[in-house]
Amino acid sequence: MQSEQKKRVMIVDDEPNIIMSLDFLIKKAGYELFIARNGTEAMDLLKNEIPDLIILDIMMPDIDGYEVCQFVKSSEAHQHVKVVFLSAKSKPSDIEKGLSLGADKYVTKPFSTRHLMKEVNNLLI
Amino acid sequence: MTSWQVVGLSIGYLLVLFGVGYYIQYLAGKGVRLKKNPALYSLSLAVYCTAWTFYGSVGMAADHVLQYMTIYLGPTITAPLWWVVVRKMIRISRVQRLGTLSEFISARYGKDQTIGQLVAFFFLIGIIPYIALQIKAIDQSMRVLSSGSEFSETASTGFTLNPIILLILVGIFIVIFTTRKIQSGNKNTGLVGTMALESIIKLVAFATIGIAITFMWFDGPADVFREVTDLKPILPNKASSYGEWFGLMFLSGIAVMFLPRQFEMAVVENTSERQLNTSIWLFPLYLLLINLFVLPIALGGNQLFASSPINSDLYVLAIPLQAGSNMLASISYIGGFAAATGMIIVSTHSLSKMLSNSVLMPLMINRKWLNELFQRNEQYIPVIFRRLSIVIILMLSYGYYAIVTDRFSLIAIGLISFVAVSQFAPAIIGGMFWKRGTRQGAQWGMIIGFVIWFINLVYPSFAVVGGQEILSPQLTSILQSQSSVNTITTTLFWSLFANVGAYVWISLLGKQHSVERNQAEIFVDIFKYSTAYESSVVWKGVASFPDVKSLMVRFLGESKTDKAIAQFATMHEIDVEESALADSKFMNYAEKHLTGVIGSSSARILVSSVAKEEEIGMQDVVDILKESQQLLKLNKELTKKSDQLRKATDAIARANKALKQNDELKDEFLYTVTHEMRTPLTSIRALGEILSDHDDIDEETQKHYLNTIVSETERMTRLISQVLDLENFESGKHQLTLYEVDMEELVLHALGSMEQVFRSKNIKVKADIQRKLNTVLADEDRITQVVLNLLSNAVKHCNPDHGEISITAYVLNGYLKVNISDNGKGIKPELQQVIFEKFFQAKNQTIRKPKGSGLGLAISKKIIELHEGKIWVENGEETGAKFCFTIPYKQHM
Repeated sequence: MQSEQKKRVMIVDDEPNIIMSLDFLIKKAGYELFIARNGTEAMDLLKNEIPDLIILDIMMPDIDGYEVCQFVKSSEAHQHVKVVFLSAKSKPSDIEKGLSLGADKYVTKPFSTRHLMKEVNNLLI
Repeated sequence: MTSWQVVGLSIGYLLVLFGVGYYIQYLAGKGVRLKKNPALYSLSLAVYCTAWTFYGSVGMAADHVLQYMTIYLGPTITAPLWWVVVRKMIRISRVQRLGTLSEFISARYGKDQTIGQLVAFFFLIGIIPYIALQIKAIDQSMRVLSSGSEFSETASTGFTLNPIILLILVGIFIVIFTTRKIQSGNKNTGLVGTMALESIIKLVAFATIGIAITFMWFDGPADVFREVTDLKPILPNKASSYGEWFGLMFLSGIAVMFLPRQFEMAVVENTSERQLNTSIWLFPLYLLLINLFVLPIALGGNQLFASSPINSDLYVLAIPLQAGSNMLASISYIGGFAAATGMIIVSTHSLSKMLSNSVLMPLMINRKWLNELFQRNEQYIPVIFRRLSIVIILMLSYGYYAIVTDRFSLIAIGLISFVAVSQFAPAIIGGMFWKRGTRQGAQWGMIIGFVIWFINLVYPSFAVVGGQEILSPQLTSILQSQSSVNTITTTLFWSLFANVGAYVWISLLGKQHSVERNQAEIFVDIFKYSTAYESSVVWKGVASFPDVKSLMVRFLGESKTDKAIAQFATMHEIDVEESALADSKFMNYAEKHLTGVIGSSSARILVSSVAKEEEIGMQDVVDILKESQQLLKLNKELTKKSDQLRKATDAIARANKALKQNDELKDEFLYTVTHEMRTPLTSIRALGEILSDHDDIDEETQKHYLNTIVSETERMTRLISQVLDLENFESGKHQLTLYEVDMEELVLHALGSMEQVFRSKNIKVKADIQRKLNTVLADEDRITQVVLNLLSNAVKHCNPDHGEISITAYVLNGYLKVNISDNGKGIKPELQQVIFEKFFQAKNQTIRKPKGSGLGLAISKKIIELHEGKIWVENGEETGAKFCFTIPYKQHM
């Protein structure tokens, strides 16, 4: 079991600086990484790739995070994919909506890197 | 035309009238709002114009030229007074549920039955000849129409015509349309509608004949007036003539308010006092129109029939017949018929109410034999009495017509009737405006007036009848010639003089009964009392509740009584059924309801028959009135207070709403601001944590992360200062510092400061600034801020590979105009407004741009607006967006 392949994490965010920090953290934790800079790119990538976990921003140009999450949770092939929303939307109603769409975690920005990585690791065990 | 045709025409017309009446009632039943129509109301008032107008004015004009006009000038001159007199009558009648003038007068003078009977009796005497006159007009016109061009009043073909058949049909019409729902307060839309229709018909018919005579048989008005070269006979030429003119105008001005049919239409059928406003101008206008052709017809007739004189009253019919036009003669006949039937219908209706409510009902109401006769069906008594009254009145009228009227001209009987009606004026007007007027005064005033009237104007006509067919020459001259007008105005003067004198004198000498005192107070101050009528208590003492209730059941029926009592209970928030004793308020209420059905004096008799009324002394009445006045005053103050309170509450609610809205906006703004801050903060925190958690990062990456942290911090600083900027502009903390600004210099300076950016992005910049731009009064720093903001927006959005930006500035219509355009994708029309809202980007995620706080355009807009200019965006001629702003050249404060 331990000899399994690296777990695969996908980051979807349109802020280059946030991608930069997540890039460092995910790689450091030993996961394989995909990057999508907006919703459209994420959907394209998901057609071919099935990651184990997606870190998903909500507010993006064109397709937003909610839509991406809905797609993932309704697609047969992606049913097991874990979704972590990472958003600046911090109202209780926003969080409720995110979780109701089937997300596994909802982390608000600005986030603690330590907390985020702990959640990611927990979900990927 | 044959007799058959004439009768057929008349019956056909009546059937149409029935149909229209039913249709209007059907419409009203379906909720079509005809009732409040002021035009319908005003037209129905034109029932004033009877057959006397239609035929008689022409007759009078043919004989005395302009004098006929007095009958219409009088009402026209007094119409503005209606607002004072008629409005008061309307209000009083509504509040006290009075349906006739006899009840009106009897109510004012202590709800006394004797005076009511007297008034009704006088009205019958005064008006029945007038109705007879209409029958005469119908009869004459029928005969003339059927005789063809011979104008004899005997038919050339067919049978001898008799108006009785038509009169019976009219009677049926009255019974159907006026006695189905007899409670006064129920408006009779069918009746009002048909009367309005008849008014239109008579106007159209008369105008048609007038136009035909003037333009078809004569060559226009000039031709008709050809013979009138001397004005002397037209204008009043003797001192007595002025008196006659004044007298006739005065007479008709009074009659138009107090004729029973006018009272019926103007007061009883009034649904809102505002209708009166319209009628004050519309009714005189109607009179003017219908009189327009009187002179042409009269003078035309005089010329046509110069050789073989005929009764000038009949010119309207005779002229078309002479010309051989059966068609026009028929139209003329229908017009006259409409005028006559309209008067008969409304007058009979009104008189029947007087006869039944003021005479028959009070006499019979508590008779045992009557109650036994009807047993448990007493609510039918009022209806039956009304129908009976209608039959009696029509029979009397027909009888009068058959025996007496044959010999008089139309106008004489009309005027005699007017004088009779004017005898009520002192009692009515005095009753409404003078609290001291007493029943004795009113009664004796009217009696004396009537005696004088009778001796001077009526007795001669009876003398004629008494003398069989021998008509004395003097009498003929009195009733048919100029001197009759003189007799009439003289009689008017003396009868009214004696009437008013007796009224005032006897009133001043006498004392008012307590009920009378109370009613006088209410009548005179009706506008003060009408809202609080219930509080003006008249009944003192008590009656048993079942007694009063059974009274109501007797005349209103079970269901209406229950409804009325339930209404009373909710009005006063009491449980009526529980109480064994009816208090004075309830007795008052019951009396008012009964009054609506059986008239005021009968209602009073009935209620007093069950009430153990204590004798009310004068002091009691004064006390009661004082109390109710204090209540009224208190009530007024309370109303004022509660009004003020309500206004204050409204203001608070509005302020609260505005605050809430403000609050919501503030919340939203705060949320958006913090949200915008989270993004740079996220990067700063994440990178900071990475740097502190991991020691093994290579130096280059470390440096990159640190630089990013610094630039994100700058981004936040910018955001904060912009938020503060906007906030300060909106709250008015930022004031403009205005100087004369050289725009060319400003633009060039701004471009210079951005040169670095242009060069690094390889953007071509084109500047086209009008030479000698005048300096404009502006805040230099702020305008620079706007220009820079627009330029940096252009940099962000222009074509990434071949960027082009152009800036132009010039003077246009007193404004300085600056345009900044790029060659990017442009802005969708639906977004061109909203991009100036703050945080527009954040709210519209799908077009989020990589950089910018989302406040730049909002701030720019604020700045330009503070300069009283405008800022907007349009799409450029080729591609890209073109931002424009203007600043006015005018002097600022």
